Amino acid sequence: MSDNKTLIKDFIVENFLFGNADGLEDGTSFLEEGIIDSTGVLELVGFLEEEFGISVEDEELVPENLDSLNNLEAYIKRKM
Amino acid sequence: MANTDVLTMDILDLDAPREVDQICAQLRELLSKQLKRRGLVVAVSGGIDSSVTLALATRAVGAERVIALMMPEKHSAEETLHFSNLIADTCKVAKVHEDISEILKALGFYRRYDDAVRLVIPEYTENWKSKIVTPNVVDNTGFSLFSIVAQDPEGNEVKKRLPLKAYLEIVAATNFKQRVRKTLEYYHADRLNFAVAGTPNRLEYDQGFFVKLGDGAADVKPIAHLYKSQVYQLAAHLGVPEEIRKRPPTTDTYSLAQGQDEFYFSLPYDKLDLCLYAKNNGIDTHVVAEALGLTAEQIQRVFDDIDTKRATTRYLHLPPLLVSPVTEIKI
Repeated sequence: MSDNKTLIKDFIVENFLFGNADGLEDGTSFLEEGIIDSTGVLELVGFLEEEFGISVEDEELVPENLDSLNNLEAYIKRKM
Repeated sequence: MANTDVLTMDILDLDAPREVDQICAQLRELLSKQLKRRGLVVAVSGGIDSSVTLALATRAVGAERVIALMMPEKHSAEETLHFSNLIADTCKVAKVHEDISEILKALGFYRRYDDAVRLVIPEYTENWKSKIVTPNVVDNTGFSLFSIVAQDPEGNEVKKRLPLKAYLEIVAATNFKQRVRKTLEYYHADRLNFAVAGTPNRLEYDQGFFVKLGDGAADVKPIAHLYKSQVYQLAAHLGVPEEIRKRPPTTDTYSLAQGQDEFYFSLPYDKLDLCLYAKNNGIDTHVVAEALGLTAEQIQRVFDDIDTKRATTRYLHLPPLLVSPVTEIKI
């Protein structure tokens, strides 16, 4: 697992799952599994912008970029 | 999937006289058998839902057992008080006018709200007006994040996407309004030994469009089972003045005028009514699309948004949760 993916996973697990990572795979959809809701997306975007020094644009707010660890890893790689 | 090939708005037509009789009978039953209260307090905003609720309450228990509570504040639309008086006078009930601006000021609402907006628009002052908006889910395939729209005294508008802290601060501050109003509703209910009637329609109740312990709190919700189109049908039958029936629905919550469908709902109420009905009754997206002049993909996004809102607002409906049951208490 890349360093970036580990950082993101740690954030997801600590912030949304109270430390319990059971069932969270690299391809798990956060939305379908009810891990992240609309406020959670805001929290995630805030984390990405602060942690990776990027700006998430409106048109980038799509599941293809944000809705799994794999998607997030690929998105961050493209942005950096 | 239902065997429905064609969908039209008249599927939501109801027998208004019969529905009114049933609601009124049920209100009397609930007041006497369960709530043990002698009348009803209804907070009126001049909108269709509170007007119909007031008219139903009046018909159910008599005008002398109902009060209309009017609670505008500094940001309320100018016409709010006019329409609130109009429906109260039409129903011939006692009116109580409580301007909540000073209470909100004492709570620091206006300062907290303005400070929160300044997190994203530093030049924002108390002379500006603002509202929060969300992208229309029908045209948007991404996540729907809130933005703030602010207007300076010259009428120039600025729109900024809200980061987490500003969004939460704005919502938290704004929720003071609904919670202060509910506090006053229960004050008047307690002093009169009345119950509080909530005013959500089915769309609002189903989709969680209310503030927990604010407008979501009530002893009875007489129209929560009715689609908004059906509320309008009852309004006509109950003699709610046409001025009120013709008004576009607004939230009347932010200082800048805000339609419900730019803040929370994905479509105007009549179209969303049909989508909710179709979803609840297993009607295919293509049939709904044909009825509303949209694509099946757009209807699917509306259906998905209905599910998302049901999931994300479920906690608003929950009572306080116990870690271990207290079996002697039955609800």
